[in-house]
Amino acid sequence: MTNHWVDIKNADLIFVMGGNPAEAHPCGFKWAIEAKKNRKAKLVVVDPRFNRTASVADYYAPIRPGSDIAFLGGVINYLVSHDKLQHEYVKAYTNAAFLIDEGYGFEDGIFSGYNEEKRNYDKSTWKYQMGEDGFAKVDETLQDPRCVFQLMKAHYARYTPEVVQQVCGTPKDAFLKVCEYIASTAVKDKVMTSLYALGWTEHSVGSQNIRCMAMIQLLLGNMGMAGGGIGALRGHANVQGITDMCAYSQNLPGYLSAPTEADKDRTSYLEKRTPKALRPNQMNFPQNFPKWFTSLCKAWYGNAATPENGFAFDWLPKLGGPGDTLAIFHAMFEGKINGFICQGFNPLSSVPNKKKVGDALARLKWMVVIDPLATDTSEFWKPHGEFNDVKPAEIPTEVFRLPATLFAENSGTFTNSGRVIQWRWKAADGPGDAKDDTEIIAALFLRLKAMYAKDGGAFPDPILNLTWAYTQPAKPSPEELLREINGKALADVVDPKDPTKVLVKAGEQLPSFAMLRDDGSTACGNWIYCGSWSQAGNNTARRDNSDPSGLGQTLNWGFAWPVNRRILYNRASADVAGKPWDAQRTVLKWTGTAWGGNDIPDMRPNAAPEENVMPFIMTPEGVGRLFSRELMAEGPMPEHYEPFESPLDNNPMHPNNPKAKSNPAARVYKGDMEAFGTAKDFPYVATTYRLVEHFHYWTKFSQINAIMQPEQFVELGEELAKEKGIKAGDKVKIRSNRGFIKAVAVVTKRIKTLDVDGKKVHTVGIPIHYGFKGATRPGFITNTLTPFVGDANTQTPEYKAFLVNIEKA
Amino acid sequence: MNMNRRQFFKVCSAGLTGSSIAVMGFSPTAALAEVRTFKLARATETRNICPYCSVSCGVLIYSTGDKSKNSQSEIIHIEGDPDNPVNRGTLCPKGAGLRDMIQSKDRLKWPEVREAGSSEWKRISWNEALDRIAAHMKADRDANFIAQNADGLTVNRWPTMGALVSSASSNEAGYLTVKTLRGLGVTALDTQARI
Repeated sequence: MTNHWVDIKNADLIFVMGGNPAEAHPCGFKWAIEAKKNRKAKLVVVDPRFNRTASVADYYAPIRPGSDIAFLGGVINYLVSHDKLQHEYVKAYTNAAFLIDEGYGFEDGIFSGYNEEKRNYDKSTWKYQMGEDGFAKVDETLQDPRCVFQLMKAHYARYTPEVVQQVCGTPKDAFLKVCEYIASTAVKDKVMTSLYALGWTEHSVGSQNIRCMAMIQLLLGNMGMAGGGIGALRGHANVQGITDMCAYSQNLPGYLSAPTEADKDRTSYLEKRTPKALRPNQMNFPQNFPKWFTSLCKAWYGNAATPENGFAFDWLPKLGGPGDTLAIFHAMFEGKINGFICQGFNPLSSVPNKKKVGDALARLKWMVVIDPLATDTSEFWKPHGEFNDVKPAEIPTEVFRLPATLFAENSGTFTNSGRVIQWRWKAADGPGDAKDDTEIIAALFLRLKAMYAKDGGAFPDPILNLTWAYTQPAKPSPEELLREINGKALADVVDPKDPTKVLVKAGEQLPSFAMLRDDGSTACGNWIYCGSWSQAGNNTARRDNSDPSGLGQTLNWGFAWPVNRRILYNRASADVAGKPWDAQRTVLKWTGTAWGGNDIPDMRPNAAPEENVMPFIMTPEGVGRLFSRELMAEGPMPEHYEPFESPLDNNPMHPNNPKAKSNPAARVYKGDMEAFGTAKDFPYVATTYRLVEHFHYWTKFSQINAIMQPEQFVELGEELAKEKGIKAGDKVKIRSNRGFIKAVAVVTKRIKTLDVDGKKVHTVGIPIHYGFKGATRPGFITNTLTPFVGDANTQTPEYKAFLVNIEKA
Repeated sequence: MNMNRRQFFKVCSAGLTGSSIAVMGFSPTAALAEVRTFKLARATETRNICPYCSVSCGVLIYSTGDKSKNSQSEIIHIEGDPDNPVNRGTLCPKGAGLRDMIQSKDRLKWPEVREAGSSEWKRISWNEALDRIAAHMKADRDANFIAQNADGLTVNRWPTMGALVSSASSNEAGYLTVKTLRGLGVTALDTQARI
């Protein structure tokens, strides 16, 4: 979230699309109810189902799964054509005025530079025109036909209310009503917050769904405001923290992009990742990349990381290709992975196309499951009737299952969706011989280290030199680890302006990432967590919940990254002169000598307004992007593409261009394209969803949750049920081109049949939570049905829109 | 909970008279010391966080035992932490079942192995499990580690081992896992956050 859970109470309009917080995040959703009760805020919901969030909304509009960009593109068109913009904000704080390269273009659904064979773009024209002064050219009148504002206006002019109705199935009057609500927050003292979750991310165009909202919030001047911003309502209690630690291939902790085969050496690696400012006077904060990266190398390799060996740059593995979940399982399926560690993860249930995932696991030589529970994945080789129809004798994988502790049985921090890092204390030991994850990882590592020290082997240096100065090497404590993540000074850190002035003494914990250096004098495991355990102690354990501003900032509760800032881009909550757009909701203001207010400034504290340092300090432009340059895979502005399994024959936006039917830049593996079904055989749209009583594939192991929602069901609308002769309570069989599941039919008024592109489209809703292990009734795994394709940028699978058929079982 | 003197005599009137109980050395306070009190009053309270969704609600965990040396704690109750600014004491239907998760009959208690082609689990010791896994890892890493690619560029990666990391473990556990796996050269690495 750019803002945080409690801040939702400051909104005037809460717009929920691509999420259902009343059921998936109930205790966070209470802040939406607070806003409704206390400041007469409105709640608007757009969703394929009339879900429980919709049931308490002021207005609800239905939409066909997978058509969000058409809807949101229509909103952009409405705002621009009705002049519902926060003009000063758009002009000063976005790239609306920037001029775009003459070579950039868009024709019939395809942007300039497309390579059909490779399914990717040469993005060299998706860039700014550069002036002789080395900065991007701008036209502050916003009239130049090549400026971002004019290109955006032209791009979305096609998204008329009629087109929205045609593509989304949303009645035109309902769409316009939603637009009116959203447009009401274009004024300076009205703010909208957007709440989304997997309903936006789990599409082959997921990232561009969210880009649409980023553009809308910039046009309305809602970014950086209390009660504004974009709320990514995330998954697990520490999904934010594990993302920050970058437990994924393409980044190192703190979102430092990992070295690839394109990086020849440390110098060129750093150069590529250290941008130059694109406009005068901007902070261009990523220019500090070498300090963050060098400090990470020092945290991991200590004294072995020297200037002479490029701070051990070559010891970090260089990526040879994608390493995301789909890529891993595809490589496994092709027999290219031998061993697999599965830590607190149930991929047989949670990765698309269960058959492919099971076959992939069966091709491993060995698998290690580290988990508190007997997961479905750990028993992929075991027959469980028709739910898991396998023959153990034919599966040669050696499977180890190691018992881990649960949250209540260890200490350490979780980071919530609002980036607040909070300490947890251990309450009891785990059952039997269960061990903490840290202890299990340490035990494996120390064995390997001893073997490499004794017997040698392939390149032992990074193993033998990995820092491991924990008091008990076999049991690194969470306190020691958080101190390492925060970082410390290895030598005295001095003021660059006055080298006689020591800012942090050698050996002390660092107070903030401003102290990080690129000469090896600081170590820091994750720069964005710097300050969480300073010399003052464990700031994540702070429990002062006082709220003097009344905005719900609670600056002395836990520690928010970065530097305890609660609202990102908060400089944008004030006008160019530093005066809050809305004094009632002051986040930040210029006091004459410094930035002050109710948050940690997202700005150099002494940057006077006349210096023209713009609020979006993490971009080299200094401003928010309506045109995302070369940063996205499928285009610098979102365009509607159909899901890979669509009920329509073509993309109604580009009916004559088959290349532009589905995301032209999405990665589709051989075999998976062939496994897509068509509307001829699978006429109904399916979308997966979650229940308030369950959390993913986890609570099915808890007795009380299993009692509350004991059995798998599917939800269908009355019209489809009537057509198929299905009654509530009937057992039905749902098939996709990849397999089938059986479940109980629940017939409701909540899912309406929609008229899309001249055709009736029925949607089937399928809860995900069931499987053959746990306390719930044994059932099928929903992801038996889903397609093995992801978003072109994140590779998040398309669980929210695919095709099925349904019949009485 | 205390009884007043009148209630005490009322309770006693069915049998012995109050005065004779008093003669036998019972006073109202002493008799009441036998009344069972709420377990929670004697429980240890620990602050933690619900591991389910990303609201990350503060919880109070009540356990028996006082955490003194060699004492065993058992978790008997979990409720929302009223001090936590986000959830203010509330829990949802997911979080309300936390105790049943901790005490799930599907909790793993000891290391097990399913040998190649076998139809069952076999209990093994931690030492055996860790020795065997570490041996597999070293053998695979030594056999498949790529020090340089075809162009002679140093790449130092181990492409044949994959790892998926939980989003429900702590930052500290996640950090240590990432540090260790990168140290080994693993590049097929991902987390639940992706999906």
